[in-house]
Amino acid sequence: MYRAIADAIRAAEARGTTLATVALEAEARDQGRPVEEIREALRRALAVMRDAVAQGMTGEHRSVSGLVGGDAAKLQHGAAGPLAGTPFHDVLARALAVQEVNAAMGVIVAAPTAGGAGVLPAVLTGLAQSQAVPDEMVVDALATAGLIGAVVAERASLSGAEGGCQAETGAAAGMAAGAATEMLGGSPTQAGHAVALAQQGTLGLVCDPLGGLVELPCVFRNATGAAIALAAIEMALAGITFAIPVDEVIDVMGEIGRSMDVRYRETAGGGLAATPTGRRLARERLVQIKRG
Amino acid sequence: MVSILDIIGPVMVGPSSSHTAGACRIGLLARGLVGGTPQEALLELHGSFARTGEGHGTDKALVAGLLGFRPDDVRIRDALDIAEREGLRFRFEKTTLDDDPHPNAVRLTLTRGDRTAVTVGESLGAGRVRLSSVDGYPVDVTGSYHTLVLTAEDRRGSIAKIAAVLAEDAINIATLRLSRRARGQDAFMVIECDDVIPETVGDDLRALGWVHWVRVLPRVSA
Repeated sequence: MYRAIADAIRAAEARGTTLATVALEAEARDQGRPVEEIREALRRALAVMRDAVAQGMTGEHRSVSGLVGGDAAKLQHGAAGPLAGTPFHDVLARALAVQEVNAAMGVIVAAPTAGGAGVLPAVLTGLAQSQAVPDEMVVDALATAGLIGAVVAERASLSGAEGGCQAETGAAAGMAAGAATEMLGGSPTQAGHAVALAQQGTLGLVCDPLGGLVELPCVFRNATGAAIALAAIEMALAGITFAIPVDEVIDVMGEIGRSMDVRYRETAGGGLAATPTGRRLARERLVQIKRG
Repeated sequence: MVSILDIIGPVMVGPSSSHTAGACRIGLLARGLVGGTPQEALLELHGSFARTGEGHGTDKALVAGLLGFRPDDVRIRDALDIAEREGLRFRFEKTTLDDDPHPNAVRLTLTRGDRTAVTVGESLGAGRVRLSSVDGYPVDVTGSYHTLVLTAEDRRGSIAKIAAVLAEDAINIATLRLSRRARGQDAFMVIECDDVIPETVGDDLRALGWVHWVRVLPRVSA
């Protein structure tokens, strides 16, 4: 697999093809499997993503601790805000939905992780619906997202325990931004800028879940992560570029993660988890979990 | 080498790729070391596994893996009850492991009949895992391949003979790593293969006379 987004962009543009194509070819070569087999695995992943969105929208999922759940349905059916009826509103609801299913021990696709699993399905399935994108192009977008995530895994990290939330919902936002930009007709170069634009907006983001549970703020951070991805897509498709090359942005995300205090890396020792209310809620809920 | 199917995946029961899916995969790999569902398991949780494991279902996921369930199996939610019914006695403890493993780590001590194994599993993020030691030998088993682990006398030509047995069954070797505690002592081999390894390979290898112990571990990730 590629170790730099820039290498993949060069390889794709030299042949006038997409990041999805070079990603699938590299994967086929690495794994010794035909491209069609990889596409089939991605089709299955897409089906699970759509199912998780649909399940979450029912509003029937409550997390193990009871801290989160039901907000995707509230966004869909509650009082209309200024963005009601827009793809933006729909994507936010989808992100909440998937992450609520995850928190309830439902079945999701970890992409790149379970904690950041809401962003990519929300952005890709939401925009695919509003822009009438055929399924096979969404499958391509998943391959592009996989390529971007693989580079982040190599150069930085995809683990909140290592790099904070910038390595989970932040990386997911970068993956979703690059993949959707290409899915909607952007060039590989534009997709690269979309990744950089999304990732720059999440630099320094800490991982501070209450009680260490993938619930609060994770559910909402997937929604705001998706919002950042949408902002990056909109800018990149308009031709806006980001001056710092995407691989350098990814590198610095890794560097910030390594220098982040351990309190801010999934340990529930800092951030929202360590606020007076965060500590109280975690204490109450963990007692409840132990009682069963 | 990172695969895009590792990034877009696994399909899993939530809520945490490291604390739930990764824990399940560690259980699955460790189960292979005793050749099936153990009767007894001591699970010593380290670092973040110890601190936040309960709310993430890490306990359920580890036991589910020991029962042979995969990370997308919804029975993970009920694994502790299922284990009781299936005769798997488990015990959890919190500990601080030596050698500074990954913050998400567990030491498993397993017994099945006359087979025992002690292994350390680490969950590396995004559902990727590795076993970093088996019975005191440092190893690096990722579960990305079908994996053969064995101990054998440290003798000349042993690798060639083992490779010949695998070739006979048309099994292609992807990676092979050898470790030993000291020169002339038993060697510990981890052989990652592209192809499914039939159980009969174990018998063929033991028939060489100087292979003591062979286990086949399943491929647990894309």
